[in-house]
Formats: sequence, structure tokens, C-alpha cells
Amino acid sequence: MRLTRRKRESRRLMPMREQKDPARGVFTRRALLFMAVQVGAMGELAHRLYGLQIDDGDHYARMAASNRVSKRLLAPPRGRIVDRFGLPLASNKENWRALLMPEETTDVAGTIERFSAIIPLDERDRSRIAREMRHQRRFVPVMLRDFLSWDEMARIELNAPSLPGVLIDVGTRRVYPDGELMAHIVGYVAPPNEQDVAHSTLLALPGMRVGRAGIEQNQDEQLRGTAGSVEMEVNAVGRVMSELNRVEGMPGDEVSLTLDRGLQQKVLNHIGDQTASAVVLDCHNGEVLAMVSTPSFDPSLFDSGVSHAQWIEWTNNQHTPLINKAVAGVYPPGSTFKPAVAMAALQARSVSPTDRVFCPGYLDVGGTRFHCWSRWGHGSVDMHDALKYSCDVYFYEIARRVGMDHIAQTANQLGLGVPLDIELPHTRDGLIPTPAWRKAHHHHWNGGDTIVSGIGQGFVQVTPLQLATYTARIATGRAVSPHLIRSVNGTLGEKASPEHWPALDMPDSYFKAIRGGMFAVVNEPHGTAPKAQLDLPGMLMAGKTGSAQVRHVSRALRESGHFNSADLPWEYRPHALFVCFAPYDAPRYAAAVVIEHGNTGADAAAPLARDIMRDTLLRDPANRTTPPPESVADAGSTIE
Amino acid sequence: MNRPARFHKRLLRAEPSFRILAKLWRISWLYVLLIAALAGVGYITLYSAGGGMPYPFAMPQAIRFAIGLVLMICVALLPPRILVMAAAPIYGLSLVLLAAVLHMGHVGKGAERWLMIGGMQVQPSEFAKIALVLALAAWFSRISYARMANPLWLVPPALMVLVPVALVLKEPNLGTAVIIGGVGASLFFAAGMRLWLIGLLVLPVPYALKLAYSHLHDYQRARITTFMNPESDPLGAGYNIIQSKIALGSGGMWGQGYLHGSQGQLNFLPEKQTDFIFTMIAEEWGFAGAAVVLGLLLLLILGGMTMAICSRNRFGRLVGLGISMNFFFYCLVNLSMVMGAIPVGGVPLPLVSYGGSAMLNVMLGFGLLLSTWVHRNSHFGESLTRPDA
Repeated sequence: MRLTRRKRESRRLMPMREQKDPARGVFTRRALLFMAVQVGAMGELAHRLYGLQIDDGDHYARMAASNRVSKRLLAPPRGRIVDRFGLPLASNKENWRALLMPEETTDVAGTIERFSAIIPLDERDRSRIAREMRHQRRFVPVMLRDFLSWDEMARIELNAPSLPGVLIDVGTRRVYPDGELMAHIVGYVAPPNEQDVAHSTLLALPGMRVGRAGIEQNQDEQLRGTAGSVEMEVNAVGRVMSELNRVEGMPGDEVSLTLDRGLQQKVLNHIGDQTASAVVLDCHNGEVLAMVSTPSFDPSLFDSGVSHAQWIEWTNNQHTPLINKAVAGVYPPGSTFKPAVAMAALQARSVSPTDRVFCPGYLDVGGTRFHCWSRWGHGSVDMHDALKYSCDVYFYEIARRVGMDHIAQTANQLGLGVPLDIELPHTRDGLIPTPAWRKAHHHHWNGGDTIVSGIGQGFVQVTPLQLATYTARIATGRAVSPHLIRSVNGTLGEKASPEHWPALDMPDSYFKAIRGGMFAVVNEPHGTAPKAQLDLPGMLMAGKTGSAQVRHVSRALRESGHFNSADLPWEYRPHALFVCFAPYDAPRYAAAVVIEHGNTGADAAAPLARDIMRDTLLRDPANRTTPPPESVADAGSTIE
Repeated sequence: MNRPARFHKRLLRAEPSFRILAKLWRISWLYVLLIAALAGVGYITLYSAGGGMPYPFAMPQAIRFAIGLVLMICVALLPPRILVMAAAPIYGLSLVLLAAVLHMGHVGKGAERWLMIGGMQVQPSEFAKIALVLALAAWFSRISYARMANPLWLVPPALMVLVPVALVLKEPNLGTAVIIGGVGASLFFAAGMRLWLIGLLVLPVPYALKLAYSHLHDYQRARITTFMNPESDPLGAGYNIIQSKIALGSGGMWGQGYLHGSQGQLNFLPEKQTDFIFTMIAEEWGFAGAAVVLGLLLLLILGGMTMAICSRNRFGRLVGLGISMNFFFYCLVNLSMVMGAIPVGGVPLPLVSYGGSAMLNVMLGFGLLLSTWVHRNSHFGESLTRPDA
């Protein structure tokens, strides 16, 4: 019934429609054309497939066989880091590891259990293995244990039949022979994270490491090298039967630092257990000969992973062992800033070296009294005396005359408060404040701010490396910048040549005046740092002390007469600073020392700087190509 | 009575209503059998890709196929009247999903492709192809053949193609964008676009290609470059193509035997369970097995085209043709890719490759195809175009 109705309907409609519907004819013709194309395309694919499978079948079958010769990428050895004399600071050591190929065993958990019966695995290993198993694909091996001994390897080999999927391979491990001594500069490596791997396929290889601090991080690309490959015969289940061909990758470049490892060690010995940092520069070219920050940490802990407790200990320690204080510690420079203020005043012609200022022990400006460190004052002083006595009133006065903008400009030119482009990550720039800076932070710049800046207090903040650079620039009059990389693969960098560094745009006579003042600090009677005198014949050193308050000292306390900053709790004592260069008549080395809460620059920092400078002059690393022989006396001092 | 209302009434009258059982009877069960056979090939191969185990690939895929089968049969029962009405909302939804995937899609291999909806990965670009076929078919069935001569009437459908193409290119999924464009173009052609107009449009194509190349992603260019010379980078971008060809070639005439293909089983084949599944078939079953699969695919394509030609209404014809062309392009791109004939493009082999979203969309497409067959005698569409057309 329904059928007949439909038939009737279609009989009624069809002839009529098909006559007046050209679209259907066109559609049918074009659809048939498509079908022809489809048959042709599938035929072509079949033909191509026939070509691949039958005509070239033998060729590809051979390639398939050679596919059993599995080609794997080899992690290139990471480049070494050495000191200026080629002594290793970071190198590689063979690391035998047990790996598990998850897809080659049917019972992963059982295999790990049997493995741990032979080689004990601790909780950390187990959780790491479980984590890697979750994240990696089944054909990527998971590391069970590394740093295997011969004995352990023998036991694994012996039990190989019960350990399907376990294989032993050799990788490298990063070793730092000097450990804590170089930790802040050399840095450390750690396994790459997912982001690193996404950026470089090379890092996906097992055993690759990424620099996470210091030179290891800064020079990561150079140190990394390019991958090699190894062809291995694998059987039908993928087990490696033999190694057929090995193309070693290009090892990473060897980076030679400007540091003198021996000097570094001596500086560390002199600092002892104080929380301090010290930098020694070659004044001629800005090479960093020593850079020490204490306390330090053991960089090799990072290769295998730092425990949570250790990390908490490091980060909560108020002596900040993980921070390289030489480049990332910022301190008020205190009186070590005074030569910069003097230079600014000379530059701006606000004062001449012979102009005198009377110091009654204080300066009143706008109703506020600014004290000199000497209660009784220094009387009438010129620039030479002011530097020698470290007279605060003189520098309050000339800072007031010259203005903060000039001081900041000169200080920046001398290397303070500006980025220094050293080859280390996580450096800080410090700050030389200006009214514009203050305004940008929505505060008003007070006249008093300029005055306290004149003695390196207030907002002024610098790093020890900047202080050393600043001293070197004063010593030579050249715009030397500190750097740590001396050569890469034996090619000396252009920064090593003194001619690379242009002269500063400041008259020589100004430098002479300031150097003279710094000479007086150490060598003239009543200078602030007689303790910094060198006991080397014919060698004279110039310097400047600094004691930087970290806390405001109230007038009442100061005038009570019983104030002694040494009685304060450690974290409230002033920082002790000293900057120096030597020899005075032909400056070669510049050093800066900052002892955190060391109380006074003259008593704490100056003797330390003297010891450091003395050793530097004795070793004279800038004029040597081989490290000086260690004398018996030196060996003795190492033990101290 | 105004014109649209009259139009609607005629439309309703012309739709012969027959019961569900009768509709079920009219489904081409032979065609369903072909579909099931192809899915069976997929199951067997995924079983092998899973290392001779139903998990992780084969069993989930079988379950998805079962769900897809039910979906397909439900869709097959929908009359064209409903499909036409649904075309615009479905198309709109597909655009929304495509836009959404650009903003919050999950990144896979440098391309945004998936959207997580209720714990399921959805690939809007797959869905967009089906939606586009419906939308174009609905449009072309509304305008008369005579109007096809006027380029102005072709501007809206052209935009309907270009918008999803642009969105998918932005993802960026070159392979799928090409397929969407291809399906759209074939519908224009089949709907009766005049030849002179086609000639006019094809002429500037070389220039357009040049422009397109300059806008490709780096990884897409790398695919093209290594396609030209795969051996240039055997361990990097050329790896897939080389390994795929080796696997195909090592199959020979009769194959290495089921579960014994060395390339696939030893994991030399990348993505062997998804895009490169055909290489596993060819390796384990040889040219003989691969040719059977090719034949099966061709039967499905030609069967679909035949159903389209048999339809008495313009909408059904165009839907049938669109779906068949989509399936054809799918197969063509995937097979050419694994045979190293075109750059690698992230297009799976329909019904065989592992993947839920693609499976459901392919089954949805087959449902529409079967619907045109079930309702092939329904006089819907061109005979009912408005009198003023």
C-alpha cells in the first residue's frame, strides 16, 4: 500500500523532474569523473606500493635488516672548565649505570625487585624510577642506579638471566675537583627538564646535563658539544648484541677561566669562616683572578639531585651559601664610595684637590645634623686629607655642592651600579640613586639623601665585583670590565688585551689626586688603614676603607658615647669593606673585600685585603703562564 | 498563505514517512559490512601494534567502533528534512569548536589540535569536515542550478569553506586544512559550478601556493624539505618517512607474518598505531594484504559515490558525494604520506588508525551517507525550490 503510493508519486514526479533538472545530469557526469579520479588515485597508490614492496623490496628488506643495526645518538662529553693555567675546575668521569628498558621485560615491578635484591635501591631511587616510568615512553630506558662499582657490575652481569631488560651502559658524570672552592663561579649541572628537552633534541639523550649556575649555565651551549652516534647490532627483541660503528660527537669546548686556582684557594683560606666575598682583578684587562664568596656549597650534589632537607638548609641559612655574593650580593659601599664622590666633584669642577673644608665633627643642612665618624671632627681638610681620614663632613659638603646626578654619572662610569657583563648568571646591578630614580618610585628626593649618598650610605648599593672594577678603573684610568672567560678551546679572547679597554674620559690629574689620597689611607700617618700596609720590600699599596651601616644609629645612642657597634648582634653590625690596588706606582692588581657584618673596614677588611694582595703580588698570576710552585711555607698556610 | 509557509507545507507533504523498521531495512547492510570489515582490519593491526595484546590499542578501538556503529545507524534514520534544518546549527557549532581549540586547545607536536570536553579528546577539525559537507549541501540544494552560473551566489559557500580552512590552518594542521579545502572544492564542482568559472579560479593557484609556503610553520616547512630529500636528515625530520618506507618495502609480496613485522614490533616505526598504521599492515601482510585493504577502501569510496548518484534529491546527492570525497581524501593523504609521496601531515587512516575522535566522526559521516541512501527516493530539494528561483 505504502509502496504503491510511493511508486505512484515517483511516477508522477520523476519524468517531469528529470527533464527539467539539468543539475542532476551535471552531478552524475561530474561524480563519475570523480570516481574515475578515485580509481586512478588508488591505482596509483597501489602501483607505488607495488614499486616499494616488490620492485624495491630487496633493497628495503636489506635496509630493514640494517635497521636491526640500530643507530643511537651518543651524548657528547661536556667540555671541561679549567683555570688560567689549565688546572681542571670541572671535568668528566666515567659513570657506569644500570638501565632498565621497560618494554623488554614483561614484569617491570618484579625486575626492579630482583634488581634491588642484588643492588640495594633506597627510597629516593625508587620514587625517582617510578616517576620516570610514568613520564617516559616504553622504549626509553630508565636509569635504575648510577655510579656502579666494578663489583656491582659483575653482580648484575652474573644475574643477567633473571633481569630481563636491564642493561649496563657508561655515561659521564660531572666532577668538580675543588668542590666548594669554585662552586659559585663554575656552577653546577643538573638533568634537563622538560622545557630544555623541548628546545633541544640533544638534551633528550640520557646522561645529558644542563648548566644550572655559574659558568656551567652561562657557557652551556659551548660546553655542550654535538652528538655522536653509535651503530649497534640488535637482535629481534632489540637487545644490543654488539657495537658495530661509533662516531664520537664533538665534545664541548674547553673553557679556560681567568681565575688562578691557587690564588683562589689562598683567598678562601684568608677569609676563613667569615661570611665574606673578595674579588681580585688584573687592572690592565679586567681578568678576574680570584672571586670568592663564603660560605659555599658542594656543587656535585646537584648532579644526582639535592635532597629536600639540604635545600631547605641552604635556602634558610642567613649566610646564603647558594648566592655568589661577589656578583649578587649588594651592599652599601660606605666610605669606599668616597673616591667616586671626589671624582664627581673634580669632574664637575665643584672643588679642586686643594680646596679645604672645615670639619667640626658634623654638618648641619636644612635643620638636620649629619655626623662625621669622628666626634671631634678633623679640622680643616683638603681632598687628600679627607680621603686619608675618611672625613665624612668633607664628603657631605662636596656631595651637596656637586649634586646627586653628577655623582651617579661618575660612579656609573667608574663601574658602580651598572651591569658589568660578567659571564655569570644571576648577577645584580646594584644602584646609584638619582632624584629621577626616586621620582620613578613616587618619592621625593631630599637634600639629605644626597648628603648620605656622599658617604656611600642611603640608597647606594653595589656589588663587590663592582667595587673591584671601580678600583681597577681608578688605578689605571681605563674602562676595564671584569670577565671570567680567558679562552675557549685555546683561543684567547679579545678582552685579554689591555688595548681592548679605552681610557676613561677623566683627566689624569684627577686620578692622581684620588690615588694619592688612597695611598695616604694605607701609608701615611693617621690614615684609616695602617693595617693594610704590605710587608713586601718596594711594594706599596693604596686603598680605601669602608664601614657600611646596615641600621640607623640614633643620635641619642651616638652621643651617649657608649656606642660600640661590635656589641650589636651579628646581623646588625656594619659591613666591613676595603678596596685596594697595588703596586701603587704601577698598578697591576685591584681587589675588593666585603665582610658581611665585619664591623669596621679598617680592622676587619683591611688586613684581609692586605693578605690577599700580598699573595697576589707574590704569585703574580698575570705575568705567568704556569702556576707558581707551591712552597713549603705556602703549603703550611693552606692547613691553617 | 505566504510563500515560505506554502513552501514548507509542500516540503512536508513530499517527505514520505515510513517507519523505522522499514528504514532500517533500507540501510545498505552490504556497505555496513564493508565498514565493519575495515574496522576489523584496524582491530587486527592494532592488536599487533599493541605487541600482540588487545590493550592498549585494539580493545578501546573496538569499543569506540561499537559506539560509532550505533551512532551511524541512528544518523542513517534521520530524514534529509531534519538534516537540512540541522546543517546551519551544526556548522555554527563546528566553527565555535574550531575557534575554541585555537584558544584552549591542547598542543600536540607544535600544533593545537585537541579540545578536552568531559574528559574526552575532541578534534574539532574532524567534525568541521562533516559540518561543512552538510552546510554546503544545504546551501546548494536551496539555490537552483541556474543560479550556479552567477558567481555572487557562490560567495557565501566559498566563505563557508574558507573560514574553517583558515581556522584549521591556524591550529596549524595542514593536512586537515587541505582535506577540508578539497572536500569543499569537490562539492562546488559537483553542485554544477560552471567550467569557465573554475578555469578562472584555478589560474592564480600557483601564486597562492607560493604565498602559502611563506606562511607555513617551521616544522611544516621542515616536513616539505625533508620530503624532497628525506635522507638529508635520517635521524631527525626524515626519520618517519625513511622508516615508513623501509617497513613498507620489507613487507615484500606476502609480508613478514602477522605479529612478526620487525620494524613495527621493534618500534622503529613512529606512531605506528596512528598515522603510520598502514605501514604495519603492509609490513606484516605484504603487498597482498595491503592491496586487499586498498581494495576495501576503494569499494567504500565508490560505494559512497554510487549512493550519492542514486539519490533523487540534490541535498542527498551532495551530502553523499561530500562524505565520500572526504573519506577518499582522508585515505589519499594518509596513504600518500606513509608511502612518502607527500609531506607528512598528521592525518590518520580512517577506521584503522587508533583514535576516538576520528573514529566517531568517520562513523558520523557514514551515518549521513547511509541516510542519503535510505532516503534516496525522497523528493526533497531541487523540485521544491521556490517558484521565483
